[in-house]
Amino acid sequence: MLSAGLFAIGLYGVLARRSAVLIVMSIELMLNAVNINLIAAASHLNGTGKFVHFDGQIIAIFVITVAAAEVGLALAIILRMHRNRSTVNVDEIDLMRW
Amino acid sequence: MSWFLFILLAVLTLGGALGVVVTRNVVHAALALLVSLAAVAGVYLILFTEFLALVQVLIYGGAIIIVLLFAIMLTRTAEYPRISDNRQWPLAAVAALGLLGVLIPSFWIRRVEDTEPQSPVFTELANSLFTRWAIPFEVASLVLLVALIGAILIARTRRDER
Repeated sequence: MLSAGLFAIGLYGVLARRSAVLIVMSIELMLNAVNINLIAAASHLNGTGKFVHFDGQIIAIFVITVAAAEVGLALAIILRMHRNRSTVNVDEIDLMRW
Repeated sequence: MSWFLFILLAVLTLGGALGVVVTRNVVHAALALLVSLAAVAGVYLILFTEFLALVQVLIYGGAIIIVLLFAIMLTRTAEYPRISDNRQWPLAAVAALGLLGVLIPSFWIRRVEDTEPQSPVFTELANSLFTRWAIPFEVASLVLLVALIGAILIARTRRDER
């Protein structure tokens, strides 16, 4: 329930915001929603045989790792964008528009 | 007690997330994101996954928020005070609500009977991480390395274009 709400808000953020930095933040929200789901599954379904051991926790660790890498790269790209075009507004970054 | 805590943390999480997407000030958005992430760490604690709560506070609360604030400061322009949503926001709201309307009933229908929340001890977690999940672990470290090098390459200034 919480996860669904968080994911929906994150999706709204990605679609509606103008600033690239805020879009990255919204992506973080969605990743966190997924993590909550994984960990809840790992923690609650431990003995039922539907979920192997505590794999959910380990997958969540990988998700956090990849999220950290992704934020680093995204912010590098945003800095680059800002230096070249002096804007972080995604509506004005239309260099690669078809 | 546990339910009360969960409701409290859920309200904090969702409130912070809403703050991220509706506020006009980028720095406020980053701080709201911090509130949301800290509440998520609390949710991990009531699920008895202490290690993940620790990692969440360290990586999200520490590293990612700091990096985001750095990016906000470095890209500070005159347009920040009047930052706004773009024209497609009603469409975005419809899409988000539609997704919510699909996800909540699906969670409701496909309920599974759950056990008491329990968590393995650290040693078990580490054993599993370095035996069954050893290959993904190495791949993750490679991904981090490549991302670091790529970030440096993208963000640095060349001497001739200063």
